[in-house]
Amino acid sequence: MKVKMLSRNPDNYVRETKLDLQRVPRNYDPTLHPFEVPREYIRALNATKLERVFAKPFLASLDGHRDGVNCLAKHPKSLATVLSGACDGEVRIWNLTKRKCIRTIQAHEGFVRGICTRFCGTSFFTVGDDKTVKQWKMDAPGNGEEEEPLHTILGKTVYTGIDHHWKDPAFATCGQQVDIWDEQRTNPICSMTWGFDSINSVKFNPIETFLLGSCASDRNIVLYDMRQATPLKKVILDMRTNTICWNPMEAFIFTAANEDYNLYTFDMRALDTPLMVHMDHVSAVLDVDYSPTGKEFVSASFDKSIRIFPVDRSRSREVYHTKRMQHVICVKWTSDSKYIMCGSDEMNIRLWKANASEKLGVLTSREKAAKDYNQKLKEKFQYHPHIKRIARHRHLPKSIYSQIQEQRIMKEARRRKEVNRRKHSKPGSVPIVSEKKKHIVAVVK
Amino acid sequence: MSVLKIHREVAFNKTSQTLSKWDPIVLKNRQAEQLVFPLEKEQSAFVPIEHVFSGWKARTPLEHEIFNLLHKNKQPVTDPLLTPMEKASLKAMSLEEAKMRRAELQRARALQSYYEARARREKKIKSKKYHKIVKKGKAKKALKEFEQLRNINPTAALEELEKIEKARMMERMSLKHQNSGKWAKSKAIMAKYDLEARQAMQEQLAKNKELTQKLQVVSESEEEGNTEEEETLVPDVVNEVQMDANGPNPWMLRSCNPDAKEEEKPMDSEHLPEPVAHQFSESEEDERPVAEEETLLKEFEERRALRKRSEFSQDAEPMGSRETQDSSSQEVLSEVRALAQRLNKGNLQSRKQRVTSTGTVLQVQREEPAPEEEEPLLLQRPERVQTLEKLEKLGKEECSQKKELPRPILQREWTERNPNNQPDASKGKKKEQMINLQNLLTTKTPSVKSLEVPTIEELEDEEAKVQKQMIKEAFAGDDVIRDFLKEKREAVEANKPKDVDLTLPGWGEWGGLGLKPSAKKRRRFLIKAPEGPPRKDKNLPNVIINEKRNIHAAAHQVRVLPYPFTHHQQFERTIQTPIGSTWNTQRAFQKLTTPKVVTKPGHIIKPIKAEDVGYRSSSRSDISVIQSNQKRLSGHHKKQLKKSSTD
Repeated sequence: MKVKMLSRNPDNYVRETKLDLQRVPRNYDPTLHPFEVPREYIRALNATKLERVFAKPFLASLDGHRDGVNCLAKHPKSLATVLSGACDGEVRIWNLTKRKCIRTIQAHEGFVRGICTRFCGTSFFTVGDDKTVKQWKMDAPGNGEEEEPLHTILGKTVYTGIDHHWKDPAFATCGQQVDIWDEQRTNPICSMTWGFDSINSVKFNPIETFLLGSCASDRNIVLYDMRQATPLKKVILDMRTNTICWNPMEAFIFTAANEDYNLYTFDMRALDTPLMVHMDHVSAVLDVDYSPTGKEFVSASFDKSIRIFPVDRSRSREVYHTKRMQHVICVKWTSDSKYIMCGSDEMNIRLWKANASEKLGVLTSREKAAKDYNQKLKEKFQYHPHIKRIARHRHLPKSIYSQIQEQRIMKEARRRKEVNRRKHSKPGSVPIVSEKKKHIVAVVK
Repeated sequence: MSVLKIHREVAFNKTSQTLSKWDPIVLKNRQAEQLVFPLEKEQSAFVPIEHVFSGWKARTPLEHEIFNLLHKNKQPVTDPLLTPMEKASLKAMSLEEAKMRRAELQRARALQSYYEARARREKKIKSKKYHKIVKKGKAKKALKEFEQLRNINPTAALEELEKIEKARMMERMSLKHQNSGKWAKSKAIMAKYDLEARQAMQEQLAKNKELTQKLQVVSESEEEGNTEEEETLVPDVVNEVQMDANGPNPWMLRSCNPDAKEEEKPMDSEHLPEPVAHQFSESEEDERPVAEEETLLKEFEERRALRKRSEFSQDAEPMGSRETQDSSSQEVLSEVRALAQRLNKGNLQSRKQRVTSTGTVLQVQREEPAPEEEEPLLLQRPERVQTLEKLEKLGKEECSQKKELPRPILQREWTERNPNNQPDASKGKKKEQMINLQNLLTTKTPSVKSLEVPTIEELEDEEAKVQKQMIKEAFAGDDVIRDFLKEKREAVEANKPKDVDLTLPGWGEWGGLGLKPSAKKRRRFLIKAPEGPPRKDKNLPNVIINEKRNIHAAAHQVRVLPYPFTHHQQFERTIQTPIGSTWNTQRAFQKLTTPKVVTKPGHIIKPIKAEDVGYRSSSRSDISVIQSNQKRLSGHHKKQLKKSSTD
């Protein structure tokens, strides 16, 4: 007689080695795991709370400058190297891993107005108040050698900014006009001008490298084409734009940091309306820099804080401040998109995590899975009031807090007045202007 | 100035165009499920192994040894990288192929054995009837095939015919089917006493005749005519009877015929008025609403009970509905009125039909076996279901009290009454009923009119009346107020705390199909739900106040639909699908939790490049372009200068 027996494949329940995890068969029958929404909601709530608990973004402060830090530059090839120029003409090169200054150069007399690295990372350029453009080697001079620039160009006027081309041995300076220089020559190969006011900053487009954007103190942003040696278009805003930054992933998008506390993201093909008005700062925005992923940017403001904005949101997702940080003049997002550096008035460069609650260092696969799951949960339940409240909550210094309140009142009053005016005037005579259009004065062809 | 402006505009347009090539990439990146930075992939080029070998030299003694071994065995270093042995093994049948072949063979064997076994089994069957049937079936099949063959292939058919002819001849010669065989002889003896044996003999003789008869090749047209005749000869009724015998529900089938439908219609009308009349009679007694959901079975039971009771009530008080004038239940009245209006039309129509087709009705009814009649009758009328169901619902609401009567009693009564109520008695009553209803409606209308809108207590103003009229006209088709009332009643009912029945059938006593736990037990284990606080809309007839909203839960709920969603269902769906590993397999969990942006730690993310996305970047550097442009411009300028100087 044949006896039938239960037989199982040992592969299904035996571990290969005892170091392996035990196989746990799991029944995914939904009736066995009820209350999925409430349970996930609680998990999301906990994740949000933990995110706030672990939100410690401040990493280090690099001190050594003897005057306010005026400009920062990233090294194109090395994540650990950062260059900074101060208001006393001193340039320092820092090692971020050691958090130490590795080199100090007295580059200029007066302010170092701009600093930029060459695309290959072998040298860098500085401009200062002393009307000079200097090129320096990245490596420190050998023993006994003097700290001397590779080249020095003496200009006729003060240069207020500099940026290097992303591929070619050319750089652009700004001042009275925008000059494009060949590295080999002492005269600009072309200079472009439109209007008569001084130009604050000039930036090369990182993707379509022949494009430049500049902003001048007569409240305009001008775009240039370097190949055709001609300006393209000009947009005039309500107030002065301090600097612009191009999106490194989207060729035609740039963001302008404005004096009117706002940032404006433009599509350069349609300058008459910004794509987005980013508002949260309570004082002039002095600098802006994109994350290398092109999804977010960071802005530095005169209100002693830096804020991180998603590109497609008008409100910031994060605000960083410390008690000792004064007016933040320059800010940079590191090339691995993990950190943010900011240089401020009180002579310090600060290093922050771009994601405040991120755990640094190597994560195990389980940690990674948990992190991803928590992130998704937070996204899933982000509209639920409790979670939203906890996720949005930030402590702000009193000055900023009170200014926010004040500005809210002012804004409301302005809105009310406009509404009243519209009410009491002929219909159509006081048109409704959207927030986006409100700040654009004109587009000049 | 204007020249410069034109220059700028042209340049701008040109630049915009060049930038537009990035549009699809930007869009793709924005919508991407996941972006992994840095974007440029590291070249994982596959280098042929020979190339690797050529650049590599054995250095350590172990490596030397290995190389020696390899060379000894004539391991090929260059392409093709296979030893002769490996080639041979590759040529041989692959494992999968072999497996497949084996499986195929196995299947074939299994099938064969199965058919063999079946044939054996069939052979063993002794039943003569079975064999007869099989034979008949075979013969039929053969005939059919022959017919087909004749149509398709006449020559083959002829051959077949010859075969048949041959069989006939053989029969003639052998005289097999005559009454000379052993079996036939025995039958002949039996035939005197046994009818069956006689029949069998006759059959055999008939067969003999059939087989020995010389076949006449008949023309096709003749045959067709015959078949047609046959078809016409067979009356419809016969077909129907057959269907009745076979089908699960003869009445369902019958209703397909148009004449049958007509027959049914008067029967419908007899059903229609009953619940209404009944409702009138009972409306004051009880107006407890009953939940809409009930099992089909229960419904039938109720209908049966209802019908019977209606007959009761009509006998007792045909005009009992008059009493509703002083009744306080306005809701019910309005409902009734609406119904009655709707019924008016239907009744008129149905009465006309009834006059013409009473005779047929009677016939039909006689055909039916009395006790089984009810169910199919109720099932068969698709065109009328809507109204009837509504009616019945109303009826149910009114007579819920009576319904509590134990079922067996009702049924017994029903069966007792059945014989006399069935065909004739019910008919007379029906007519009476119809008339009653008509009278009732016509007399009723003025008094009920004011009560039509139950939510408005006393509105006699002209304006209100006009408005009411307008509303009535606007919603002539659908009775909004009644719907609302029903909705409200349902809401109230749904919100009422429910009793909990904890009786376990079969626990401590006999259980099984049709047995119910004893009343004592039910009483003991029924937990009565406590009366909740009075509803807020108890005294507000026009309003339904939802009392479900929980303030404590509301603090956790999303109040407005978030931006990207266009419908709350979309949003709810995203919330309801769990993403955790508790509810999903590992693979699904990983897929669901993939982050949108992934960056590698310690890697520099460079700006996107044209080469990365498959575009060609310009070969000339920007500087060289400027310089060439300038040369051209300056040349142009010089020319212009020269020109001006010469002028």
